[in-house]
Amino acid sequence: MKTLFTRSLVVASLVLSGGALADTALLNVSYDVTRDFYKDYNPAFQKYWKAKTGENITLQQSHGGSSKQAMSVASGLSADVITMNQAPDIDLLAERGGLVPTDWQKRLPNNASPFVSSMVFIVRKGNPKAIKDWNDLVKPGLQVILPNPKTSGNGRYTYLAAWGQAQKAGGEAKAREYVGKLFANVPVLDAGGRAATTTFMQRNMGDVLVSFENEAEMVAREFGRGSFEVIYPSSSILAENPVSVVDKVVDKKGTRKAAEAYLNFLWSPEGQEIAAQNYLRPRDSKVLAKYAQQFPPVKLFTVEEVFGSWKKAMDTHFKDGGTFDQVYARK
Amino acid sequence: MASLSTAAPRGIATTEPAWVRYTFTGLALTFLGLFLLVPLVSVFAEALAKGWSLYLDALIEPEALFAMKLTLIAALIAVPLNVVFGVAAAWSIAKFDFHGKSLLITLIDLPFSVSPVVAGLTYVLMFGAQGWLGEWLSAHDIKIIFAVPGIVLATVFVTFPFIARELIPLMQAQGADEEQAALVLGATGWQTFWHITLPNIKWGLLYGVILCNARAMGEFGAVSVVSGHIRGETNTIPLHVEILYNEYNFVGAFACASLLAVLALVTLALKTLVEWRAARQLGNDVPLEARARLAAAK
Repeated sequence: MKTLFTRSLVVASLVLSGGALADTALLNVSYDVTRDFYKDYNPAFQKYWKAKTGENITLQQSHGGSSKQAMSVASGLSADVITMNQAPDIDLLAERGGLVPTDWQKRLPNNASPFVSSMVFIVRKGNPKAIKDWNDLVKPGLQVILPNPKTSGNGRYTYLAAWGQAQKAGGEAKAREYVGKLFANVPVLDAGGRAATTTFMQRNMGDVLVSFENEAEMVAREFGRGSFEVIYPSSSILAENPVSVVDKVVDKKGTRKAAEAYLNFLWSPEGQEIAAQNYLRPRDSKVLAKYAQQFPPVKLFTVEEVFGSWKKAMDTHFKDGGTFDQVYARK
Repeated sequence: MASLSTAAPRGIATTEPAWVRYTFTGLALTFLGLFLLVPLVSVFAEALAKGWSLYLDALIEPEALFAMKLTLIAALIAVPLNVVFGVAAAWSIAKFDFHGKSLLITLIDLPFSVSPVVAGLTYVLMFGAQGWLGEWLSAHDIKIIFAVPGIVLATVFVTFPFIARELIPLMQAQGADEEQAALVLGATGWQTFWHITLPNIKWGLLYGVILCNARAMGEFGAVSVVSGHIRGETNTIPLHVEILYNEYNFVGAFACASLLAVLALVTLALKTLVEWRAARQLGNDVPLEARARLAAAK
């Protein structure tokens, strides 16, 4: 027993010290569905970094539900960069412990979001319920699958997209009515985007799944293109994917230069192209033009345009007792 | 934990008609089949759905290998620690009387009654950046949570009671007579422990180690909270399974899950073996644990 114990201590200390001898290592803490993108992007950056500086760089990934991931970073998970699907998750780091400055979104172009996505409808093959636009989702008896707006970025964007398009068409009262009807058609509220997709594709529940454009592509890869159709509504929300260096961590680890380069490279033609290949809408107009075929034009509105700011949207709609609770409780 | 069925005496002890007995046995077997056997088989079926080569590829993928390594490390640290703690706690509880004994017993049981997620969160509150020790740890550049130590801590926490709980009734049943005799004959405390107590509890200890190890390797909740999910750095097998599943990599997820299923089967086999050996050595047909319980009840 004694030797076993000693041996296990030796093994443990070897593993613990292992991290210290490696080259520069960056930890990218991200949300659930970006795995495929960073799987392609990380090797490209490693190559670029090697060519530029002659150094090898190790890139580590952590994926999970976006808000949970943000909380982990706030609690001390030492992320060099954080790549999320909405600004409030990075704002959290400014509020709790000042890990990033409050103006983090101004440090990089395009609101610090190198690519965007949008909410689209995924319907069963042949579109049996003839779903074409938002108004079709509130037809009586239709089942809509979407995740809980309180716990998932995916659900939040869906809610805001639904509200925004209705408000643009008929004002706030109409928007409230529309969203109420929409959520009356939702049989289950899954906790995250991935879980909602599984409900729709694997458990075969519902007539339409509302999700990110790039998630639809993931479904296509995994379940085959013949099993469903993607419907683009006439207007939708611009879902930004903001990124930031986590200042407190990089300054302590001395990895700021590499971390900043890692994020800047997202805006390079190569980074933008990898985004496009993963069905994330690139910001670079040239790359966007090249992949125009896979990104049908949709009228996109931003959160700021309709709701003033993310903070206002969060406070009015997703706080306890907020608009979402009101419309969902009325069901 | 305790398999009550093994405590039943051998032979027919009821007078119910045969059809009643068969109906009940049938019901129990159907239930076990539906809720245990079928899911277990389906794990292997899913893992092998696309053939052996993909199954093996999923297992030798570097991130999967790392998850196995980390799981082993966590178990290799947690189990010996719990052996030392469990033997010490059971020894003091069974052989001595002192104030606060019942409090100690209650504390040992705490991990059984606390949800693992809560256990994980308490560690985050303790060691997290905004936790009680967060500032100090970060000033001294010590990483506990979102690193290997946190995973080990969480594992130790949830597996705390397994060995102590196994040994306490056994040691209580054995009483302190043999130890007292040894002491009277001039043995030192350490000699008494080494030559009298340890041989007496060896099968119970082994049994506890097996259960403790199974839980240490399979723990999800507490570890998930403190891990940070860094691939190739803080991912254990159960966490790796969840990630792969969320990525629609069903073959990979179930291949890794099948490892845990194999672990469960090996645990079961070892447990049976230990019970059988212990029963034989004690020259008694009644399994070890049941014997201890029976004796303790007298």
